[in-house]
Amino acid sequence: MASSSYEQLQQDLHPPLTRHEASVESDRCYFCHDAPCVTACPTGIDIPLFIRQISTDNPTGSARTIFNENILGGMCARVCPTETLCEQACVRNTAEDNPVRIGELQRYATDHQMETGEQPFKRASITGCRVAVVGAGPAGLACAHRLALLGHEVDIFDANGKPGGLNEYGIAAYKSVDEFAQQEVAYILSIGGITLRQDEALGEDFILDDLKRDYQAVFLGMGLGAVNDLGIEGEELAGVVDAIEFIAELRQSQDYSQLDPGERTIVIGGGMTAIDAAVQSRMLGCEEVTLAYRRGVERMNASQFEQDLAKVNGVVIRNWLQPLRVVGENGQVTGVEFARMSEEGGQYGPTGETLILPCDRVLKAIGQQFVNSVATGDGASAVELEAGRIRVDAERRTSDSQVWAGGDCIAGGEDLTVAAVQDGKLAAESIHSTLTKG
Amino acid sequence: MADLSSEFLGIKSPNPFWLASAPPTDKEYNVVRAFEAGWGGVVWKTLGEDPHVVNVNGPRYGAMYSSDRTLIGLNNIELITDRPLQVNLDEITRVKRDWPDRAVVVSLMVPCEEQSWKTILKKVEDTGADGVELNFGCPHGMSERGMGAAVGQVPEYIQMVAEWCKQNTQMPVIVKLTPNITDIRGPARAAMAGGADAVSLINTINSIISVNLDTMSPEPSIDGWGSHGGYCGPAVKPIALNMVAEIARDPETAGMPISGIGGVTTWRDAAEFMALGAGNVQVCTAAMTYGFRIIEELTQGLSDWMDDQGYSQVSDIVGKATPNVKDWKNLNLNYISKAVIDQDLCIQCGRCHVVCEDTSHQAITAMVDGKRHFEVIDEECVGCNLCVSVCPVVDCISMEQVTEGMDVRTGKPIVSEYANWTTHPNNPSAQS
Ligand SMILES: Cc1cc2nc3c(=O)[nH]c(=O)nc-3n(C[C@H](O)[C@H](O)[C@H](O)COP(=O)(O)OP(=O)(O)OC[C@H]3O[C@@H](n4cnc5c(N)ncnc54)[C@H](O)[C@@H]3O)c2cc1C
Ligand SMILES: Cc1cc2nc3c(=O)[nH]c(=O)nc-3n(C[C@H](O)[C@H](O)[C@H](O)COP(=O)(O)O)c2cc1C
Ligand code: SF4
Ligand code: SF4
Ligand code: SF4
Repeated sequence: MASSSYEQLQQDLHPPLTRHEASVESDRCYFCHDAPCVTACPTGIDIPLFIRQISTDNPTGSARTIFNENILGGMCARVCPTETLCEQACVRNTAEDNPVRIGELQRYATDHQMETGEQPFKRASITGCRVAVVGAGPAGLACAHRLALLGHEVDIFDANGKPGGLNEYGIAAYKSVDEFAQQEVAYILSIGGITLRQDEALGEDFILDDLKRDYQAVFLGMGLGAVNDLGIEGEELAGVVDAIEFIAELRQSQDYSQLDPGERTIVIGGGMTAIDAAVQSRMLGCEEVTLAYRRGVERMNASQFEQDLAKVNGVVIRNWLQPLRVVGENGQVTGVEFARMSEEGGQYGPTGETLILPCDRVLKAIGQQFVNSVATGDGASAVELEAGRIRVDAERRTSDSQVWAGGDCIAGGEDLTVAAVQDGKLAAESIHSTLTKG
Repeated sequence: MADLSSEFLGIKSPNPFWLASAPPTDKEYNVVRAFEAGWGGVVWKTLGEDPHVVNVNGPRYGAMYSSDRTLIGLNNIELITDRPLQVNLDEITRVKRDWPDRAVVVSLMVPCEEQSWKTILKKVEDTGADGVELNFGCPHGMSERGMGAAVGQVPEYIQMVAEWCKQNTQMPVIVKLTPNITDIRGPARAAMAGGADAVSLINTINSIISVNLDTMSPEPSIDGWGSHGGYCGPAVKPIALNMVAEIARDPETAGMPISGIGGVTTWRDAAEFMALGAGNVQVCTAAMTYGFRIIEELTQGLSDWMDDQGYSQVSDIVGKATPNVKDWKNLNLNYISKAVIDQDLCIQCGRCHVVCEDTSHQAITAMVDGKRHFEVIDEECVGCNLCVSVCPVVDCISMEQVTEGMDVRTGKPIVSEYANWTTHPNNPSAQS
């Protein structure tokens, strides 16, 4: 049995900053004018201000600044690919290739405030309006919190046993240790006025019309329910697993030794999910993990930091491999046959060469799909879609004037926690102005 | 290699760096360590009459920090030596005997009576020490007893005590000045009138370093109370530099030797003090912050810079900048400069823009053709240097002189002749 490193699964990827570290790091921020980092943050947190508040030893004020724009600032501090967001834009990057560690500072302030258990805000007086939120993921939670803050009553319906969405089931274990997702949900709910209704699924237990009848407004934040199939021969073989399912099982496991890490895993995909699945396979004890992606490194959705993380953890990344079929014996996967690809003069295609990589497990991570739970009886969608996801306007209104949507389930989404939070917040503001208009 | 050896009032030392009278020079043990490390000389911690004073038994120091805890200012409520006079005198005797090539000057503070000074001067002379420094500077504690700054703030007392000392000893007499005074030239003139051979400055500045907002006690806190102390370290250097320059360029005191003190931390600080007229420098806080080994950086840095500039001995640099210190009214109003941003170095933090926009002259763009871009608008730039002061990148913004054509801000032609306020048409008392 290969060596496992369960403790790595339970340890923070970046240990929290101490007060001294936070003080030194915060001093590096230049308090830029019209700061580029703020523009690069999907939720528009006033980064120079919150960092300055850390440097003046006012973590409470700092957390207020963060939560004001992003109530999931704690989770975002842990999971945001900062190297492609705020920290990429930081002027210190230009100056010395070494940005201010915005994410870690954000965690310092939010951890401080969440430890107190106190919300830095007071709810507005009760409006009497009731809003239904579907999905207790980042989008739904952010929407619900902002609505509650503005004085509305919110019911959140979620199909799963636990709230949090992918924060609970999808985010890599080492990014959210110590049950942080659940702690954060509890913190968000402490604002009051929000009722969680788990194990109640739209499209199964009730339909959109029920919500429209019982509530003045509805927010849809149900994420993406299904994963894309490879669509190749042998996909049904035992050992071919959906990467998100694999991660969910791992995240919910109370005892990692009960999980089978496999001996040779091939992860197919080039994004964050592929990297997370590969790294966690290694930590679980899988001897050989190969990540196969069909194009070159520069086309991978995973950032340089994530690719490096995979390599440091012993994952082999192989580019230009397109899966042709999964091969197996006795119903069990034994390998994947790939076509070698190339791109010459802008022309992407097979070189004609094929190869088989042996394995006893395949993790599929080639993207997710929207499952339309707002389909009407005749199969049509109750709200208009665009490219297979819900179409919204800038305020996150759907084609139905009583329904808003945000997060992974909308068209043009970025599939990031922080983007989902922004959607939820914007939708809440829009719902609020609609409800209070008259 | 430049010759760092120094002669101040005839007192020789291998380099111009002395330790100022303070804890680093309080005991034989410390002073020997300093000499072993390479310090040129010491001014022994101030001696007083027996019975010796006592210090508080709680915290004596408080600090001002930058965010990464670099110490930028130090405050103390310590008094003069708290050891018996004879113990100090015996140690001074031994140290001077064992280290004949180093300067050993003894700092003194006794009551304002001639007999007190006469008595202690005789005792110090017997140690073989090279000179005395009269401590008219400490702003706290001793001043409540009519000594230290209480003397240094009254020019007549300074002159009187300096005269007593000159009459009662052959040793060179240095008067150490307090900065807690309106015009430093008064005390310096008084010292000179009293016959003092030199002045040294500055001593510490009256200060409360901080208040503990939980207990509401000033720091350092003694059982919930605090007292004002003396401030020193890097933060006081600009104040000290000005005071040195004021004395150096005052016609009445010009040429009087000056020992420069106050925030000397690097060789560069020392060179600046000397350029403004100090014959040597004294250091306290930097040694108390980093230990004695900084002397290596101080001596090597000064020597390397002198080599670079072609100065062969320390006296070559003393007073080099003094003639360039002028009254404001003599500055050339026809000198026009404007800020220029090096776009290759600019990291686009926008600080130059926002400070110029909010607090100055609206002379830096934030956006050009829809793009984030910081550029000086010559028509608005008054050349104030604020943007240079706040830009985080070295040499990214520079002030460049405009020598031809016209100043696009005022529309007036550039004139190469010197002209100052005394002849300016807006000056009601202009002389033509
Ligand atoms: C493996 C993995 C790793 C990731 N890692 C990162 C990362 O490191 N950083 C990052 O920024 N982003 C990451 N992401 C993306 C991020 O998790 C998502 O963008 C984000 O969670 C989207 O939030 P959401 O609220 O839209 O949806 P979700 O988080 O998916 O939440 C949707 C919620 O709706 C509920 N729901 C679904 N259907 C129904 C229904 N019919 N009725 C009622 N409830 C329903 C679900 O139970 C769930 O609770 C990762 C994604 C995956 C899959
Ligand atoms: C703790 C402490 C005690 C001091 N005691 C004396 C003293 O006894 N006599 C004296 O003349 N100056 C005393 N000083 C002042 C120093 O000699 C020196 O003038 C002042 O600190 C400025 O120099 P610096 O900025 O290098 O520290 C003391 C300073 C400190 C920090
Ligand atoms: S860009 Fe960097 S330095 Fe500027 S405000 Fe943002 S974090 Fe601070
Ligand atoms: S020198 Fe002063 S006026 Fe000119 S651009 Fe800089 S800050 Fe503005
Ligand atoms: S302060 Fe300096 S670095 Fe920042 S925008 Fe201005 S010129 Fe550029």
